[in-house]
Amino acid sequence: MAQVILFNVTNGLIIGAFYVLMALGLSLILNLSNVINFAHGNFLALGGYLAFTLSPVLGYWGALLISPLLTALIGVVVERLMIRRIYNRDPVYSLLLTFGLAFVLQDGARYIWGPNGLPMGLPAVLAQPITSTLFFITWYRVFMVAIVIVTVIGLFAFLRYSRVGLRIRAGTFDLETVATLGVNVRHLRTLNFAVGCLLAGLSGVLAAGQIGLNPNMGDDLLMPSFIAIIVGGVGSLIGTLFGGLLIGMAAALTTAFYPAASEAVIYAIMMAVLLLRPRGLIGEEGMMS
Amino acid sequence: MSTTVAAAGEGRSVSRKALMLIAIWAALLTVPLWLPLLGGYTALAGRVLVFGLAAMGLNILLGFTGVLSFGHAAYFGLGAYGAGLTLRYLAHSTPAAIAAGTLLGGLAGTLFGLLIVRRRGVYFAMCTIAFGQLWYYLAYSWNSVTGGFDGLRDFHREAIGIPPFVLDITEGGTTFYYFLLAIFAAAVGLMGFVLRSPFGRTLLAIRENERRARFLGIPIERHVWLSFSISCFFTALAGTLYALLNNFADPLTLHYSLSGYFVVMTVIGGMRTFWGPLLGAAVFVMLQDYISSMTVNWMFFVGAIFILVVLFFPRGLLGMMRRRIAA
Repeated sequence: MAQVILFNVTNGLIIGAFYVLMALGLSLILNLSNVINFAHGNFLALGGYLAFTLSPVLGYWGALLISPLLTALIGVVVERLMIRRIYNRDPVYSLLLTFGLAFVLQDGARYIWGPNGLPMGLPAVLAQPITSTLFFITWYRVFMVAIVIVTVIGLFAFLRYSRVGLRIRAGTFDLETVATLGVNVRHLRTLNFAVGCLLAGLSGVLAAGQIGLNPNMGDDLLMPSFIAIIVGGVGSLIGTLFGGLLIGMAAALTTAFYPAASEAVIYAIMMAVLLLRPRGLIGEEGMMS
Repeated sequence: MSTTVAAAGEGRSVSRKALMLIAIWAALLTVPLWLPLLGGYTALAGRVLVFGLAAMGLNILLGFTGVLSFGHAAYFGLGAYGAGLTLRYLAHSTPAAIAAGTLLGGLAGTLFGLLIVRRRGVYFAMCTIAFGQLWYYLAYSWNSVTGGFDGLRDFHREAIGIPPFVLDITEGGTTFYYFLLAIFAAAVGLMGFVLRSPFGRTLLAIRENERRARFLGIPIERHVWLSFSISCFFTALAGTLYALLNNFADPLTLHYSLSGYFVVMTVIGGMRTFWGPLLGAAVFVMLQDYISSMTVNWMFFVGAIFILVVLFFPRGLLGMMRRRIAA
């Protein structure tokens, strides 16, 4: 029994780590630009597929490094060409735009890489279990969690200590004042969108090694990421972090005891939060209104 | 002087409105005559009516209250499942199925509306999306009752009435189309009545300037909640008709993609107009039918349509027409 619980706790940690990376990217874009990026799951798939294509050339480690950057670059192009145009319009347009973009990217991936699942090769070091008793914990799982931890720490350090990061955080609270102080808000938003896509691309590469590749691999992560943001509290990245871990863990533990309810439990958490603490666990009062 | 000019302008716009109404109803009433000539089929027209009603229901919220729901498929799908489950397990009666489905979807919306009525903008939208997906997963995983991924089958619409006064709609075709049209007409009439009432005007005031409306003492939250609830009831009604149209309810009627389709129908037609969503539904249904018959990569083109509409067509067809007339 202890092993079953441990197995599911590990699973929860890993699922939660994916939710966190996805949701942090979504949250960054939502906070600064007021755009819900429906295509975020497709940027994730894009990152995975780019790694798949690049790894024969660059090796796994090269692909792990380069494909998130390429995903971010594609994000910059998308932001410049389309998303930038709808910042000052009714939110319905940003939703429709990213929703359409999600369709285009998904069908594009299906067209280029085919509709069937593809396996992502891993270096032999990562594919082994760490001990024979804990056979379900491969080094890859440890590695994924480590990368996510490093990335999250890096992101928070970037937002806290770098000049650009400070501006992004300031813009979250009052973009007009930031603009008045002479910051180029257009560049700031582009960069911020790119950081979001970078995180999505990175989770794509990591997820590809765990579950393989298919054109709609990001779809299952999108809704839980929304819920992580709502549960953690809109406007708070720390909240998003805890929200993601919480629902990942809750879903995994429910799977251990009552698998059919694993999806339902995260919705139940969301409803409870909306009912009892509408601003979210760590959200600022008024950010969601 | 200026009042007479205004009055003349008003008179002209009234007669233009009357003309438009006559044109719309004439077109809808004669569908079985002209649609086959264009290569369409009556079931396609039924789908336009159903999606049009759902999008018009959404538009009460989106266009006339200025609040964005991106999860209306939930209420549409609950309507469809409510009707289907009623016909399959409870009663072989079409009116009972319609009533049960509409109540199920409408009440779910009403209750959920209470939770999110203080949210605005994208956050409101995000809550509606997430809540909508709950029902999708429920229908998907509650296999024994809902049929899971394969959808709910083994039910069909029943003839209405007591012999000898029976309306046989089991055959589909023209009779069923007119049955749909009659319900559509009643629903749209009711919708027009609601939107023209003082309550409807208040919703417009909230859309135009929420802060001012609040200072005038209008209970904003209650009005937004009521608007959400009413809109869900209409969309749920459309959902029940969809189940009757196909004799089938599947989880995709609950999926957020369908919510996106409703929103894009509304925007294509024109969200600030009463009839826009119906026109948008007609355009969208025809386009989707055509594209999916041409290529397997229909998603790519549908997505591209979304993007093009947002970037180049944000006012929608009727919105652009109205602007041209004003100019």
